[in-house]
Amino acid sequence: MERRRSFPDLIAGGIFVLIGGAFVAGSLGYELGTPLRMGPGAFPLLAGAIVAALGLAIVVKGLVAGEVVAFGPVPWRAVAVIVLAVLFFGFTVRGLGFVPTSAVTALLTTLASSRVRPLVAVAVTAGLTLASTLIFVVGLQLRIPLWGPWLGF
Amino acid sequence: MDLLDNLALGFSTALLLQNVLYCFVGVLLGTAVGVLPGIGPTATVAMLLPITFSFEPVTALIMLAGIYYGAQYGGSTTAILINLPGESSAAVTALDGHEMARQGRAGAALATAAVGSFIAGTVATVALAVAAPPLARVALRFGPAEYFSLVLLGLIVSIALARGAPLKALAMIALGVLFGTVGQDIYTGTPRFVFDQRELYGGIDFVSVAVGMFGVAEILRNLENEQTRTTVVSRVKNLWPTREDRRRIVAPILRGTGIGAALGVLPGGGHVLASFTSYAVEKRISKRGDEFGHGAIEGVAGPESANNAAAQTSFIPLLTLGLPAHPVMALMVGAFIVHGITPGPNVLTDEPALFWGLIASMWIGNVLLLLLNLPLIGLWVRMLRIPYQILFPMIILFAAIGTYSLGFNAFDVYAIVFFGILGYILIKCGCEPAPLLLGFVLGPLVEENLRRALIISRGDPTTFITRPISAILLTLTIAALVLTVLPAIRKRRETVFTEEE
Repeated sequence: MERRRSFPDLIAGGIFVLIGGAFVAGSLGYELGTPLRMGPGAFPLLAGAIVAALGLAIVVKGLVAGEVVAFGPVPWRAVAVIVLAVLFFGFTVRGLGFVPTSAVTALLTTLASSRVRPLVAVAVTAGLTLASTLIFVVGLQLRIPLWGPWLGF
Repeated sequence: MDLLDNLALGFSTALLLQNVLYCFVGVLLGTAVGVLPGIGPTATVAMLLPITFSFEPVTALIMLAGIYYGAQYGGSTTAILINLPGESSAAVTALDGHEMARQGRAGAALATAAVGSFIAGTVATVALAVAAPPLARVALRFGPAEYFSLVLLGLIVSIALARGAPLKALAMIALGVLFGTVGQDIYTGTPRFVFDQRELYGGIDFVSVAVGMFGVAEILRNLENEQTRTTVVSRVKNLWPTREDRRRIVAPILRGTGIGAALGVLPGGGHVLASFTSYAVEKRISKRGDEFGHGAIEGVAGPESANNAAAQTSFIPLLTLGLPAHPVMALMVGAFIVHGITPGPNVLTDEPALFWGLIASMWIGNVLLLLLNLPLIGLWVRMLRIPYQILFPMIILFAAIGTYSLGFNAFDVYAIVFFGILGYILIKCGCEPAPLLLGFVLGPLVEENLRRALIISRGDPTTFITRPISAILLTLTIAALVLTVLPAIRKRRETVFTEEE
């Protein structure tokens, strides 16, 4: 078989090794216990070690006979905007209230697409805010204030 | 005539007005997300799960189940009309179904898919009603050692059936199990991996994991290369298949139903396997084998029936053992737990109305789907024209609201960002998200039963191999593991999946 190095394999394996390793390191801080009474650290230690070992195997395989996966382009703008939008939602929904938070989140999200026109973005924002208010607050009686305390009412 | 009594109880529950209504809402939403590319049933169920918390348990489960099998239905519509399978199991339907549409026989293909699915759904619902109680009785005798081995088997078999590299699928399962350990330890109450954040004491919510991995990550995938979706949709006319067509679809529908009902029980994407297997079978035994791939109606009838039958029978492991066979089922485990019901063999004895009501609702759901799909096909076709620029902000916003409403906890919302990005990177590297979610839901069960079994056996680990049922299950687990990792078999498995794609 032809030897081929696979970049995605290395990343995936690396992530597994990193997360598995972090959990192993963390679980050593908890009591391991005995087989009869396993402590809180034993199971995560085992699972973390398995994740790290599998990650290592994927890395090795990626160096020798990797899987050909096209990594493709990364939509950096979409990633940044969506992360920002969701974080904004979580951070402000209590303070600003449902309506303003939803509107800003929706508006930010529409910007993730490079092809959206400003007018369409505003229309989508208005429509989604109205729809989600009707569905979640009016229809489903979600207990989130429409306008939050930060706005001074 | 226990079965009849039970079914009568089921139908009297399922036919309550609010249950029929939410069954309808479920299959309607399911069909919609099945038709719309870019959002699948897993993300939808995850987003809607918080809403159902205020419902009666049976109503909530009926609606969630409706979304699941409704999506199987909707996926085939897009597969036939625009060669874009909305669900992975509909990929086979696209082969011959879209070819039929190009020959101007879209109506016949859609009708075949709908009728086949209906017959398969009906038969599989009966199979579910017959097979579930005996299985549940067996499962009642399971101790922690057996449960540990069973869950392990379920996890390993789910990779054997998933697509993609087995090593990565295995790592994804283990990673899911690992994330499942975050939060307070069940026996000692020690908070684990919480970084002193009180919000994490209850663990990571599986809704956040599912919405992140299946919703956010999927949207990022779709935004990679934005193209205007082809809106060239063939006109649908002449729904009713010709007499010749009707004669040709009977046997494939019945065979597909059998294959689907049997394979659906397997954990991890049994419905995908079912439709591929049915297609291969039909192609092999057909006298017109060369027509396959060029619009053979058998190639639509068989796989469509198989995938729908499998969608129904995949509820068997969920209802009898508490083992989810599909990421949507994993979410339903969560739905059971939220309503204070432990999924597993006890559901049948403790909540007979819920158990039989859910089964009966599946048949009602199939009737509703038939009524929804054939006359309203034009509406679904029009839905395909909704531009993605409107769709994805809606998904993100609803995902954020849905996860926040779980417990009015901003951490759940931040978690979807984390799992969205992690999922996106891992999916890009060729890892499938479904095994991670299964591992995440089943991981705590593995740990709990492992520790309980060891306490009962006084710390003797041989308990897993000295108890016969547990030993058999572990042997099967190892066999499944060896089979998946062995390269020769892996190659054959790949050809099964990539054939004709």
